[in-house]
Amino acid sequence: MTQIAEPGERAAPGFAGTAAERKPRTRRKFNIQSVLGTTPMIATAIGVFVICIIFSIIWSFTSSKLFPNFNFIGLQQYERLWRTDRWIISVQNVFVFGALSMVGGMIFGYLLAVFMDQRIRQEDLFRSIFLYPFAMSLVVTGLVWQWMFDPNLGIQSAVRQLGWTNFEFAPLVKQETALYGLVLGGLWNGVGVTMAIMLAGLRGVDSEIWKAAKVDGIPTWKTYLFIVLPMMKGAIATAFILSATGVVRVFDIVIAMTQGGPGVSTQMPAIYVIQHITDRANVAQGMAAATMMLVPVMLIIGLQYLFQWNAKRKAARI
Amino acid sequence: MTTSVSIKDLSLNFGNVKVLESLDLEVAQGEFIVLLGPSGCGKSTLLNCIAGLLDVSDGQIFISGKNVTWDEPKDRGIGMVFQSYALYPQMTVEKNLSFGLRVARMPKAEVDARVKRASEILQIEPLLQRKPVELSGGQRQRVAIGRALVRDVDVFLFDEPLSNLDAKLRNDLRIEIKRLHARLKNTMIYVTHDQIEAMTLADRIAIMKNGVIQQLADPHTIYNKPVNLFVAGFIGSPSMNFIKGDLSGTTLSVDGQANIPLTNYQFANQTNGASILGIRPEHIVVGDEARKMPVQMESEIEIVEPMGADTVAWTKIAGQSLTFRAAAEVHLEPGQKVLIGFDPGRGSVFNAASGNRI
Amino acid sequence: MTAEAISSRLASGVVDSSGPRGPKPKTVTVGRIGVYAFLILSALFFLMPLWVMVVTSLKTMPEIREGHLFNWPALLTFDPWLKAWDTACTGRDCNGLKPGFWNSVKITALSVPVSIVIAMINGYALSFWKYKGSELLFGILIFGAFVPYQVVIYPLIIGMRELSLFGTLPGIVIVHTIFGMPILTLLYRNFFASLPIELFKAGRVDGAGFWGIFFRIMLPMSVPITIVAIILQVTGIWNDFLFGTVFAGRENMPMTVQLNNIVTTTTGIREYNVNMAATILTAAVPLVVYFISGKWFVRGIAAGAVKG
Repeated sequence: MTQIAEPGERAAPGFAGTAAERKPRTRRKFNIQSVLGTTPMIATAIGVFVICIIFSIIWSFTSSKLFPNFNFIGLQQYERLWRTDRWIISVQNVFVFGALSMVGGMIFGYLLAVFMDQRIRQEDLFRSIFLYPFAMSLVVTGLVWQWMFDPNLGIQSAVRQLGWTNFEFAPLVKQETALYGLVLGGLWNGVGVTMAIMLAGLRGVDSEIWKAAKVDGIPTWKTYLFIVLPMMKGAIATAFILSATGVVRVFDIVIAMTQGGPGVSTQMPAIYVIQHITDRANVAQGMAAATMMLVPVMLIIGLQYLFQWNAKRKAARI
Repeated sequence: MTTSVSIKDLSLNFGNVKVLESLDLEVAQGEFIVLLGPSGCGKSTLLNCIAGLLDVSDGQIFISGKNVTWDEPKDRGIGMVFQSYALYPQMTVEKNLSFGLRVARMPKAEVDARVKRASEILQIEPLLQRKPVELSGGQRQRVAIGRALVRDVDVFLFDEPLSNLDAKLRNDLRIEIKRLHARLKNTMIYVTHDQIEAMTLADRIAIMKNGVIQQLADPHTIYNKPVNLFVAGFIGSPSMNFIKGDLSGTTLSVDGQANIPLTNYQFANQTNGASILGIRPEHIVVGDEARKMPVQMESEIEIVEPMGADTVAWTKIAGQSLTFRAAAEVHLEPGQKVLIGFDPGRGSVFNAASGNRI
Repeated sequence: MTAEAISSRLASGVVDSSGPRGPKPKTVTVGRIGVYAFLILSALFFLMPLWVMVVTSLKTMPEIREGHLFNWPALLTFDPWLKAWDTACTGRDCNGLKPGFWNSVKITALSVPVSIVIAMINGYALSFWKYKGSELLFGILIFGAFVPYQVVIYPLIIGMRELSLFGTLPGIVIVHTIFGMPILTLLYRNFFASLPIELFKAGRVDGAGFWGIFFRIMLPMSVPITIVAIILQVTGIWNDFLFGTVFAGRENMPMTVQLNNIVTTTTGIREYNVNMAATILTAAVPLVVYFISGKWFVRGIAAGAVKG
C-alpha cells in the first residue's frame, strides 16, 4: 500500500527520456470563443495602436503634403520641425504648463485631501464642490475661464469697481501670462480628482500608524508630511500618471480659452499636429511632430519597465 | 476492489517550474483519500488536474476506467466543492443547485427531483429560495456540497472546503462530511492542510511535498510509521521530538553524553551512521510509569503549557530539546527534576543524510 | 513599591477626585477654524465660475456691460437660454445648440453600450480565458491609454476614409469605442480578476462554456462595475471635443464642438449671456450625471485611474 517517491531520484535524465518518447500534448490552451469574442480588441490593439503608429512614423519621413505619399526624404521634416519657432515654443509651453499644473495640482490636491481628512462636517458636500468641475468638458472649462479673465468685464473689472482701481487680473491678454491663465483653468478642472485619489490614499493608510504617531507625540502636520505621504506612493503615482497623460494631450482647453494666442504664447504640440494635418495641409510635418510627442511617453514606459525589472531582480534576490 | 480514479505518471509545469512530477495515484471505488501537505506542495493543483481545470503537461488521468485526461470538467463525472464556496451570488440556492443540470438541458422534473433529494440529504430545504448572501458560512458550504451532490457523480472533489469556517463549525461539518461519505459511499478526494481533518476523515492520506507524494497510507500507519522526516514532522501536534545521534548496531549515542538502546525497535534496513530518533510527545511518560520503560532519564522541566485536557512540558536531554505530554493531573513546574521514559519501539529512526526511515 | 508609597497614592487619589472626569469638554480651537476657513475658501474658488456662468446667462447685455460680474441680475431674463438653444449662429447656420445636442445624444447613446459590451468581453476573456498572445494584446492596449491621440489620429482618418466611415455616425462611434477600450478593458479586467477564480471553476464543473459563464454567471455580477463604466463613458464621450472635431463631420457635430463654434464666432457683437447659457446647456448632461451618481462617479475615477 505504501508508496514512496523520492524527489532526488526522478532527476533530469529520466524526465528528458519520457519527454522524447511521448508526442507533445498541446490542446485546449487556445479557446476559439475567447479569440472570437475579443476580435475588436485584437483589431484595436494591432490595427490602431500598432499599425497606425507605424504609419504615422513612416509618413514623418516623407514629403506628404495634403495627401500622404511615400516619397521618402529622410530626416528633413524633423530638421524643419526643430527650426520652427512655433514648435519650439510649443514644446517649451507644454513643459512649463505640465510642470506647473502637475506640481500645483499635487500640492493643492494633497492639501485639500488632508483638510478633508479632519473629520469635517459636510464632507460629501465639499467633495461634490471640489469635484464637479471635472464632470464638465474642458471646452466648457476654457470658455468659463475665458469669460472670468475678460479684461473689461471679468474679475479684473469687478474688483476695480469695488475700489481697487489698479487691480490687474487678466492673464490671457498678455503673452507673458497667458500660460498661467491656462494652468489656473486646468487646475480648477482637475484638482478635485487629485484630491479624491489622495483622500482615498490617506484613508487607505493603516490606522495603527496614526495611533503609533499619536502615542509617540508626533505633531499631526509632521505625521502627514513625513510618515503618511511617503506611504501613499500608489495614490501619488496614480494622480501623477493621470495628470501627465492629460498634459501631453492638452488640446481642448487651449482651443477654447486662447486658440494658442496671444501670438504663439500658448501654442501646444497637440495643436501643432492637428493644425498641420488639417488647415496647413502638411501631413508629413504634422506626423514628425506627432512622432516627437510619442518620445516622452516611450521614455516613461521604458523607465517603468526598468523599475519593474529592477524590483523583480531585487525580489528574486531575497 | 475496483479502481475509481487512477493517475498515471502525471506531470505539470508552469513554465520552468515543476509543480507536479511524475505522480502516480490509485484511488479505490468508495475510498476517502485526503491530500495533505503544506501550502505550495501541489495538492490543490493535483485536485484541479483531476477536475480538468488545469491542463496537465504529461501523464494520464482515468476516472471510472475512462481516460479523461483531455475531457472537459463536466464530462469527467466529478463534482467539486471549493474553499470559498463559489456559490453564484445572483442565484437562489435552488438555482445554484440546479445550474449545472440546466446547462446540460436536463428535463425539469428530473432537475427538481435531484434538487429535492440533495436538499433533503443536506437539510437545506428551508433555504432553497434564499440568495447566498443571506446564508451563514456553514449553510453556504452545505449548498456548495449540494451542488456536487445533484450532479449524481462517482467522484467528489473537495478543495479545502472547511478552511473558511470557524473552529466549531469546522468540527460539525467534518462530522457531516464523514456521515455523507458513509451514506453515499462515493469516492472522495479531499484536499486540506489541516492534519486533524486528514486523520479523522481519510481512509488513506497522501502526504505531499514539492509536487511529490511522500507517503500514501492509512492514518494509523502515517502516524506511527512515517516514512521520512518530513512526514514525521508534519503529522502530530506538538510535533515529534527528533533526537540527533550516531547509530551503531542498536545503540544511538547522543553527543557522547547518552546512549539510547534501540533493542525493541524493528529496523527495516539498519544503517549505521548519523541518525535521528523520532519520538512522539505522547509516547513519553513521566514519573512512576517511566520506570517501566526501556529508556529512562532524569531531566529538568523548562516550560509547562497546560492545555486543559493534558499538559505539554518542555525539557532537554543531552542538550537537545524535548517535549512530552502528561496527564493534566500530573503536577509539573519549571525547574522541577522528573524522571521520563519511553519505548523506542514506538518511535521512528531515520537516516540523517537521506531523511528516510530505517 | 513600599507600603508608604501605596498609602500615599491612595491618599492623593482621594484628594484628586475633584480633577478631570468624564468626557472632555469640546472646544473650538484655532486649528478647527483654520481647517474650515481653508475648505470654504477653496469651495468658493470652485463655485465661483459656476455662479458667474449662471448669473451672466440671466442678465441682459446692457447690464453685463456695466460690469459687476458677481452680482445677481437686476433684470432677470431667460432670452439668452432660448437663443442659445434655438437660434444662436455658427457661421451661416442659426439653429442654436439644438442640433449639436441631438447629435451628442445619438453619439453617446450608441457609443456607450457598444464600447462597454466590447470591453466587458475583453476583460472577461483576459481574466479567465487567456490565450497565447492575449497578455501582449492587453499590454498594447494599456500602452494605447498613454499614447497621445495625435500619434494615431491621421492614419485613422485615412483608414476611416478608405472604409467610407469618415464623417459618419458609425465612424465616430467606432472612434469612441477604440479610444475608450483601454481604460474600460482595464476596469473590467481588474473587476473580473478580483472575483474568486473558484466561481469560474465551479461554472466549468457545471458544464458552462465561454459564453455560458459570461452570460449566466459573470454578467449578472458586473452590474456595479457597469454603472461605473456607464458614468465614465457618458461623461467622457459627451465632453469629447477632439474626436468630434476631426471624425464626426458637419452632419454629426457634437455639442461641445458646436458650443465652441458659437462662442468663437467672430461675426457681430459677442453676446456673453448667450455664450454662458450655451456653456451651461452643454455642461448640463454630465453635471446631472455627476450629481445623480454621486459616490459612483468618484469610484469611476479611482477605478479608471488605478493601473493593473
